[in-house]
Order: sequence, then C-alpha cells, then structure tokens
Amino acid sequence: MLILFVKLFITFFKIGLFNFGGGYAMIPLIQHEIVEKNHWMTNNEFTDIIAISQMTPGPIGINSATYAGYQATYNTIATATAGGEMSNMTHHLLSITGSFIATFSVCLPSFILLLLIAKMLVKYTANRNVKQLFAGLRPVIVGLIAASALLLMDSSNFGFATSERIISVLICAGVFLASWKYKIGPITLLIASGLLGLLIY
Amino acid sequence: MNLQLTLFTTFFKIGMFTIGGGLAMLPLIERDVVEKHKWIDKKEFLDLMTIAQSMPGIFAFNFAILIGHKIDQTRGSILCGLGTVIPSFLIILAIAISFSDFKDNAYVAKIFKGMRPAVVALLLVPLISTAKTSHLTIKTGLLAIAVTLLITFADINPVYIILAVALSSVLYGNIVYKKRHKNDKSC
Repeated sequence: MLILFVKLFITFFKIGLFNFGGGYAMIPLIQHEIVEKNHWMTNNEFTDIIAISQMTPGPIGINSATYAGYQATYNTIATATAGGEMSNMTHHLLSITGSFIATFSVCLPSFILLLLIAKMLVKYTANRNVKQLFAGLRPVIVGLIAASALLLMDSSNFGFATSERIISVLICAGVFLASWKYKIGPITLLIASGLLGLLIY
Repeated sequence: MNLQLTLFTTFFKIGMFTIGGGLAMLPLIERDVVEKHKWIDKKEFLDLMTIAQSMPGIFAFNFAILIGHKIDQTRGSILCGLGTVIPSFLIILAIAISFSDFKDNAYVAKIFKGMRPAVVALLLVPLISTAKTSHLTIKTGLLAIAVTLLITFADINPVYIILAVALSSVLYGNIVYKKRHKNDKSC
C-alpha cells in the first residue's frame, strides 16, 4: 500500500511539474503514467474520468487528478485483495487517501515554484528564457492535445463491432459540430450523448 | 469577517461554481478580487495572470496562490489555494465513491458508452482553437505532428518530449541572442 502511495506521489508530482498549456495538455501525461505505464486503470475508465471532470465544477486538472488517484488506488486494492477480505469502508478510505495524495502532489510543484518567485523577486517579469521556453512549447501543446484525442479514439471507447463504431463516429462528429459551430456547452452535449447511448445500446 | 476567512470563502465559492476549467474562473476572480474587495488593482491582476500562465501546473491554482500571496503572504497563498482545490476535491470524491458502487449497472454502462466518443469530440475543439492561436508555421506544424505521433504510436512519455523541447528552445534562443549581439557589436 505504501509503495502505491509513494508511486502516486512521484507520478502526480511529475505531472504537475511538466504540465504546460492547461488541463487538456495534461490529459496525455496522466494517460501515459496511469494507463500505459502503471496499468492502474483501463483506457475506458480513464475516458470516463475525463467526461466527469468536464461536467463537474472546478479546474479539469484538479478534477481528473483527484479522480485518477482514487480510481488507481481502488483498482489496485481490488486486484490485490481479489478474495475480498477487505471491508468496503476500508477500501473507500484507502482510495480517498490515494486521491488526496494525487491532488496534493499535482499542486505541489507549482506551489513551491510560485512561492519562491513571490518571495525572491518582488517584480517578476517573464524573462527572455521563459518567453523562449513558451514559444518553443506552443507547438508541443498542440501536439499534446491532438495526442490526447487520438489516444482516447481507440476500440475500447469507440466499440469493437462495426455497428458500434459507426454510432460512435456519428456521436463524435455530431458533438464536435454542435460544440464548434453552435457553441453548445460541454455539459449539455455530454448529457445528450449519454442519453443517446442509453437509447441506442 | 476577518481577512483570512474571506480569502478562503471567496476562492471556495469560485471553485464551487465555475464549470469549464480555469479560464472560466477569470471573470469571477476579477469581479471578487479586483472590483468587490479591491485587494489588488486591474494591472496587478493582469501581471499575476501572466506569471500564473508562465509556470507549469494548474492555472487556476497558480493564480490563486499568487493573489493570496499578494494579499496575505504565505498564509494567503495557502488559504486561496485550498479554497480553489477543496470544492473540486469533495465533489469528485462524492462522485467517485458512489460511482464505484454502481459502475457495473447496465444502464450506467450504456450512458458512458454514449459519452466516450463525445469526450473525444470535446478535445477536438480546444485542439483547433489552440492550433489557431499558436500561429503554426510549416516547421512548428511538423513539430506538433511529430509530437502527436510519438506519443500516440511510439508510446513515448510526453514528459521527455516536453523536457527536450523546453531545453532545446532555451538553448537555441540563447545562441540566436548571442549571435545577434555579436553582429550588433561588429557593425
């Protein structure tokens, strides 16, 4: 358990330290660490976390880190104690600890950095190096968001059967148009596509 | 009500009621911090916003820390930071705990099956707007495509890519700067 918590701390500290360009650019970072590298959850579960993070108040980065920390701990315990000797209550409490560690450590790097800046330099102005850094990272941020869309566009999310895939592509195209052209809010669109899923499947 | 409590509740309220990420919080923060409480002026607000954006991490949290520090030093930072994070944390926990018990429900599974393609669609919109505001050239456009392919198909850790590009762009910037400096002197 302790090993998992230390791993969660290091993982989310790293994500917080290297997250440039907002919540959407953070998605592939979390996806790589949580799904690909540590296998703490499936791509399906991760996509559901992003959906819920977009529908609930607060920054998407905080929401998804909190949820991912919870789910990672929950799944690891479920696999380790497949016999079921742990009570439901303890299971939830340990998962809450995991989500606390994830949220705390994703915030920690920028908290330290910004307090140092606020303490040391009263008049901070972005210097040449910081500006250069951001100019260089701009295309990377575009690539990160594109990767996050492609990573979530797999069979586990779009269905294995052809009929499911067609429905998924239609929902995806429809939501994209509604959001891009008609500026309909993400919550409305997610609820609508959820209801569609309920009706069709 | 004392200052510390007001700081915390102000950011708690903002964190509790803004949906749509950090940028959606900006007008609310401005209204409360600049107009209502007059803790900082508009210029300071914009300066702090620039610093918050030029640092890694979650923008809304960074901004809350800086505003808190301006008003009440480290104590202010901690209070504003906590105020921003705690609502998200509690709401997500409530959902995560209840959801883990009926995730296997057939109806819930169907709802999420319909929602997953929508999540992808909702990433395409910020992708296009970010690509537009980035003013991509052929060179930087190719870099963006390379990053996409490396992460998606070569399974490379995005952290390494960010680190490599960050270091090389600072290095490149310095070389260009020194060259220009030398040329200026020789003229």
